[in-house]
Amino acid sequence: MKAKFGLRAIAGVYLTLVLVGPLVIVFWSAFRHGVGPVWDAISSPDAVAALKLTLLTAAIAVPANTIFGILAALVLARRRFPGRRAFSALIDLPLALSPVVVGLALVLVWGRAGWFGPWAINHGVSVIFSTPGIVLATMVVSLPFVTRELVPVLRELGIEQQEAAATLGANPLQIVWRITLPAVRYGLIYGVVLTTARVIGEFGAVAVVSGNIAGQSQTMTLYVEDRFQEFDLVGAYSASVLLACISIATVVVLRLLNRRGVQ
Amino acid sequence: MTIQVRDISKQFDRHVALDRVSLEVPRGSLTALLGPSGSGKSTLLRIIAGLETPDAGRIWIDGSDVTGVRPQRRGIGFVFQHYAAFKHMTVRNNIGFGLSVRRRPKAEIRARVDELLAIVQLEGLGDRYPSQLSGGQRQRMALARALAVDPAVLLLDEPFGALDARVRGELRRWLRRLHEQTEVTTVLVTHDQEEAMEVADRIAVMDHAQIRQVGPPRELYDDPSNPFVMEFFGTVNRVGDAFVRPHDLKLHRSPNGATQTATVERLVHLGFVVRADLVKDDGQALTAQLTADEAEHLGLEVGDNVFVAARRERVFLEGEGI
Repeated sequence: MKAKFGLRAIAGVYLTLVLVGPLVIVFWSAFRHGVGPVWDAISSPDAVAALKLTLLTAAIAVPANTIFGILAALVLARRRFPGRRAFSALIDLPLALSPVVVGLALVLVWGRAGWFGPWAINHGVSVIFSTPGIVLATMVVSLPFVTRELVPVLRELGIEQQEAAATLGANPLQIVWRITLPAVRYGLIYGVVLTTARVIGEFGAVAVVSGNIAGQSQTMTLYVEDRFQEFDLVGAYSASVLLACISIATVVVLRLLNRRGVQ
Repeated sequence: MTIQVRDISKQFDRHVALDRVSLEVPRGSLTALLGPSGSGKSTLLRIIAGLETPDAGRIWIDGSDVTGVRPQRRGIGFVFQHYAAFKHMTVRNNIGFGLSVRRRPKAEIRARVDELLAIVQLEGLGDRYPSQLSGGQRQRMALARALAVDPAVLLLDEPFGALDARVRGELRRWLRRLHEQTEVTTVLVTHDQEEAMEVADRIAVMDHAQIRQVGPPRELYDDPSNPFVMEFFGTVNRVGDAFVRPHDLKLHRSPNGATQTATVERLVHLGFVVRADLVKDDGQALTAQLTADEAEHLGLEVGDNVFVAARRERVFLEGEGI
């Protein structure tokens, strides 16, 4: 009993020091002078533009990586093919790679002097220093999560239920949609939550590929950094609070969706 | 014939699962594929279902060649040993799944599911989830699910293998009655010869990737065409070149035409039947079965000397050999 209490205390102190404490301080610092300054800070044109860009990035990167993640997980869990291990390692790579390296690699490929850069510019699309580059960088760093969460649960699920559905006349799409995905929904939802969190919070890769122009190519995280560098602490803290609230809302909404799905 | 299997072969890596197997399943019959584990019986069933692809050979269902046809289009119902219940769906939605993917009207699905719930005796449990059912109930649900789409053929892969002995016995009798009602052509895979004899009207005995004999249960027991089949259906004594069933050994107190003598080693009373373990004078062990009345009439005791005669024995010609 005592030992249990001791462990709990250690875990509690650790969480407070590392996670809860700093978060509380951010909230407290933002609201120190009341709601007014916070509202002014997050409703400034630059803050709204940054929020829009972050949400746009999430709206593209999360669905894209979810669909890709499901397909990659199905292939990795079900099929044996030459190069399977290499494919699996490749999907893990963004976890190990520093986001700054991802950003630099994208600049080398899509930049003005890069491989495809001139071609893209000739077709009227500038990737680096604008939205496509930011979305691309975010997609790369948030790539592994859905696959990583799904592969073990798919393995555990086995193939019997899918075989049963096939003998009952379901086509492959119906099998995935009505049997496989509902059966692994916990893993899938967790993967989507992690992906969303990473997309919203990404800084390093985006910092390299975005020109960091306020109101144009600034995501929320870049905006926070920018305000901080400009000694606009209320602005930085307010935007941080908004970011934290979006993350918490994501977790809560997905949990609620899931609970409704179970009943 | 509802199912025709012609010269099917299948190999997994280096393991030969089926070696040019042919089989015909008559319309409306309940045929058992019986054999020890690893004999290829489940593989044959899965190939009929389209869940495995044969390396060679062809399959017809209802006269049409389905060899390259996907399981979705074969008009089969399949029941798995471990139920393969859709855990996230209610019993009702499990049973209605096949109709639902065929986009039948909701009212029709509801009516058909109600009918099936009654047939498999799960009325009132339609809104439960599979995890809230017992093993026997889950397997009945799986059967209803397979029957919902009116399959031309019902395929059962060790359907009672995961259940305890009492439930297994009940479900066997129930399956037999169900088959008499529905008359769906059925193939059942089992390793249990008692189960095959109780449920099936035809049995195909498999061993080492081949079918060794096909026929009604009685014929396989009384007139096996090779020693494997004879030994698979119960204990067998070997006397020289002959094979004798324990109940075909007659024990006498006096020679009575019997030439062999043996000593009673052990007597096991199994109610109506008594099993006598004997040792012949040349040292060979025999097992005889007699009724409790016969044993009492003979006054058998351990250590007695008795004369042994075979009422009926079988000698297999070479080429039928083991």
